[in-house]
Amino acid sequence: MKTAQAPARSAAAPPLKEGPRPAGRPTAPRRPLSRRLTDQARAYAFLLGGLICFALFSWYPAIRAVIIAFQKYIPGSSPEWVGTANFTHVFHDPEFAAAWRNTFYFTLLALLIGFLVPFVTALVLNEMRHMKSFFRVVVYLPVMIPPVVSALLWKWFYDPGAGLFNEALRFLHLPTSNWTNGTSTALVSIVLVSTWANMGGTVLIYLAALQGIPGELYEAAELDGASILQRVRHVTIPQTRFIMLMLMLLQIIATMQVFTEPFVITGGGPQDSTVTVLYLIYKYAFQYNNFGGACALSVMLLVMLGLFSAAYLRLTRTDD
Amino acid sequence: MTTTIAPPPRQAPPAAPRRARKRGESAAVRTLVSPLALASRRGKTVYWTVFGLVLFLFALAFLFPVYWMITGAFKSPDELNSNPPTLAPEHWHPGNYGDAWNLMQLPDHLWNTVVQAAGAWLLQLVFCTAAAYALSKLKPVFGKVILGAILATLMVPAQALVIPKYLTVADLPFIHTSLLNNPAGIWLPAVANAFNLYLLKRFFDQIPRDVMEAAEIDGAGKLRQLWSILLPMSRPVLGVVSIFALVAVWQDFLWPLMVFSAAPDNQPISVALVQLSQDVPQTDLIGAMVIASVPMVVMFLVFQRHIIAGISAGSTKG
Repeated sequence: MKTAQAPARSAAAPPLKEGPRPAGRPTAPRRPLSRRLTDQARAYAFLLGGLICFALFSWYPAIRAVIIAFQKYIPGSSPEWVGTANFTHVFHDPEFAAAWRNTFYFTLLALLIGFLVPFVTALVLNEMRHMKSFFRVVVYLPVMIPPVVSALLWKWFYDPGAGLFNEALRFLHLPTSNWTNGTSTALVSIVLVSTWANMGGTVLIYLAALQGIPGELYEAAELDGASILQRVRHVTIPQTRFIMLMLMLLQIIATMQVFTEPFVITGGGPQDSTVTVLYLIYKYAFQYNNFGGACALSVMLLVMLGLFSAAYLRLTRTDD
Repeated sequence: MTTTIAPPPRQAPPAAPRRARKRGESAAVRTLVSPLALASRRGKTVYWTVFGLVLFLFALAFLFPVYWMITGAFKSPDELNSNPPTLAPEHWHPGNYGDAWNLMQLPDHLWNTVVQAAGAWLLQLVFCTAAAYALSKLKPVFGKVILGAILATLMVPAQALVIPKYLTVADLPFIHTSLLNNPAGIWLPAVANAFNLYLLKRFFDQIPRDVMEAAEIDGAGKLRQLWSILLPMSRPVLGVVSIFALVAVWQDFLWPLMVFSAAPDNQPISVALVQLSQDVPQTDLIGAMVIASVPMVVMFLVFQRHIIAGISAGSTKG
């Protein structure tokens, strides 16, 4: 093992980081074929477990989604090809339009609320000179509470009768709301839950980004007589624009897949006002037993999310 | 959990860019508001007013709901629905927690969750590390293609593929076995985690080849090199991957809901909470919610420094 193949070290001290290998070093191609084959076999032995899992649970399902979308699929019996029937069936489902409308509306609201609130929070937190780590821990705490618990907790708060929110509104002599029981307020209520539960991570990332802004920029702006708001507009926002855009795309991808909150809190109601696309996929599969329709929907969602993901990856790539 | 894990954190061992952070703690870094403005009497008044307001709002928004949950479970059902509500329980009923514990079979469901999370964590560590090691150091043919195919799954959001994944797990190709109602239905799909694998590979890439070659000259086999050289050097990234893996399984809902839909006794706590929420008294449900949150919150409080640093590190891009 260690005799013939041991790479002859060049006299110069080896570079600390892995750089281009110095010429003249005996490398793999010089080894005999049998040796290279055992090397490869060994490499693939290490890869095997991971490869099988990726093949079974990532690559195969992605291909299968597309196949089943064109099939009538009932578990246990052999599938039949039905052309685009699943797609036309899904298109004519009144819930289809509602689900996409809700998903887009939800994403829009999540962007308005879930984007602005963390940014302002991070901006204010960055100015705090005391108890910094306390604020960080507290803002991240809800992220660590299981999403199901957050959903159940807020469901209880939203209760129109004895819920905390209406009690507080009554205490302040303000008009109460139906929250998740009203068709017009249900979706907004759910956006509030998911913002509360998820904003911690976003705030922390913004905070890190804000700390990367060179202080001289603020000093220069101040010397030019810029007010605080002007400094936010002309220094902070341009300096964090890249991260803002990235988090925005991530948030779009995440919110378009929302499921737990509507499933737990409203069950898609009232009157389909909180049915999301993923929820509809779940319903097609497990309530209507229509796996073809579910996969047709999945493919549509996949294409939509794939576009956003591609944009996201492109952004992070160019930064490298 | 999907929301804001953010860009693949640059897992360089924390080094240079951390400097500014440390100083920030003692208010030496220039931010939006100039230190000069804060030093004046008026500046100080404004600062402390804003500080108090922020503290109050944070406590109200993030701590009060948790307080309300914990104390709510101590109230009697009548008091819980009383109008106006009581700020603290008039009579403490710690028995609610015990009722929740027994009525909802929480020990069983917690144990299921632990088994599922631990298995997923272990398999992920073993298979993802091995694969990342192979891709990073062993130069397999088609390694680039494989890495590309793995990274491509990052672009395909997991939730959009749950149905075909479910159908695959229900009837595995070639061997035609079903992993439904079985913890393996959680474990094996968890291994296909491109994000964690990529984190590991990126970290391994930074470990110089010469270290490995030195070990090879000393007669260490590939497995020995991984175990005795690479892994001990990779503690930080292994910690991050472990936390991500555990949290992901503990918090997941949709996937275990599907896998264990026919076996209520095997459900993890998140699924069981929702399934049983209609059948138990409200006070017991709230008690169960508190109990379900404890493990992750405790883990967070213990490792908060690492978790917060890990998340923040994701975005320090100049």
